Amino acid sequence: MSIPGPESILPGSRTDAQKFIMDGVWSLAKKKRVLRLRAKILQELRNFFIAGGYLEIETPCLIPAPAPEFHIDTMICQDWFLHPSPELCMKRLLAAGYDKIFQICRCFRQHERGARHLPEFTMLEWYRRDADYRDLMEECEDLILHLAAALGYGAALSYQGQVIRLQKPWERITVQGAFEKYAALSVEEALSGDCFDEVLTARVEPDLGREQPTFLCDYPLALGSLARAKKEDASLVERFELYIAGMEIANAFTELTDAKEQRRRFVKEEDNRRRAGKPPYPVPELFLASLGSLEESAGIALGLDRLVMIFADALHIDDVVAFPPETL
Amino acid sequence: MYAASDLRKNLRVKIDNEPYVITEFNFVKPGKGQALYRCKLKNMISGAQFERTFRSVDVFEPADLQEKKMQFLYEQDDKYCFMDNESYEQVLMTADQVGDARNYLIENIEAEVLLFEDRPLGVSLPNFVDVVVTKADPWAKGDSVSGNTKPVTVETGYVLQVPPFIEEGEKIRVDTRTGEYLTRVKD
Repeated sequence: MSIPGPESILPGSRTDAQKFIMDGVWSLAKKKRVLRLRAKILQELRNFFIAGGYLEIETPCLIPAPAPEFHIDTMICQDWFLHPSPELCMKRLLAAGYDKIFQICRCFRQHERGARHLPEFTMLEWYRRDADYRDLMEECEDLILHLAAALGYGAALSYQGQVIRLQKPWERITVQGAFEKYAALSVEEALSGDCFDEVLTARVEPDLGREQPTFLCDYPLALGSLARAKKEDASLVERFELYIAGMEIANAFTELTDAKEQRRRFVKEEDNRRRAGKPPYPVPELFLASLGSLEESAGIALGLDRLVMIFADALHIDDVVAFPPETL
Repeated sequence: MYAASDLRKNLRVKIDNEPYVITEFNFVKPGKGQALYRCKLKNMISGAQFERTFRSVDVFEPADLQEKKMQFLYEQDDKYCFMDNESYEQVLMTADQVGDARNYLIENIEAEVLLFEDRPLGVSLPNFVDVVVTKADPWAKGDSVSGNTKPVTVETGYVLQVPPFIEEGEKIRVDTRTGEYLTRVKD
């Protein structure tokens, strides 16, 4: 394909190559409004965390040993890995006495591409000492309310024709409660029938966060790789996902601080990964060693692109980034 | 073979020995959960549609579909007979398989027949076909300025709206994609 110079971008007849280029220019130009909104959201996120006493930090994208998670495939780069989230490095900082930290960074996950997925996407993660997942629920409420006020949305959002009230407190529903309410099925039945994810995505998620944002909380132990077990019920972990308008926005844990238990879960995940023929990961030893000095804390990962989708009323993730991979 | 991550709209796959086309495709994945590929599929033989969700471990055989140039020979008892121009082999298709194309099947017309393992699935015709009008009411003078149309029957039995001046025995050009009259054709 020959690239015509700008002087040839004039009205009149066009070759296919020229039309392809003009289409690219046009689709970037029409994103101006949403990219301005995105920049404003980034700015206001920083304002919120800095005002709350958080330190903005940066950790490397390229790491030697990611956390083994069966359903997250990393990208391999020069024998190391592009991080699927900055979790491990951030927790090492937390363990070293950085009490409140946040990061906005690019994360990479192989094969994830769809209306709500990009293989390279932007994550907001924040961690807090002396806090548990309930504290993070309240912080989520405050964060979204701050954004809504700063962006001039008031106390409600409108997404794809649904009005979502933001007054706190937002709905909190357990995984068990949501499965029974929306799928007429117990979590145990879904797990033993090997259809947890299918039921969750097809029958539960679409009903979550419809009238107000919803926290889906208390996951079964098997689904909480780095989360602490609940004190009252060791078969559950202190984990929640935030949903707005049926869309998963954030995942949070009360962090697991028991190095032995964490190693046991990692070994199990890594076994499953290797049995499925996935590339082996080294054990993240420095992370495990740091857990010894990690006090009670909580952490959360929020998909920034999806948050922008909600505020921009965008149906597709491609609408809120300048360059979806297919346009490069 | 296709992996689940190869699935996309309009891909044709073979399931239980029958060809399917993916009419809708969605990638869904809970953050910590597994990748799911939610598809709507249409059976290319029966037309039956269904929804199914696949996992990343699922694999698919491509549906082996061929398009062949064939000539329409005749229709008998609602069966339509086509002949392969090269091998002279003949295939019979049902009215359902032929669909709207039957409105333009004049003798010896050349068509593209879609085959799945030698079984015919459908037929596509040239965009424009010339047909002879076999039945038309006489032209009432003055109608041509009113913009009115009148129905006529063509040699295949198809009835369509044409300008009032079209008469029996004339040849007209029809757009096979819309079924509409385009112009009068002079022999």
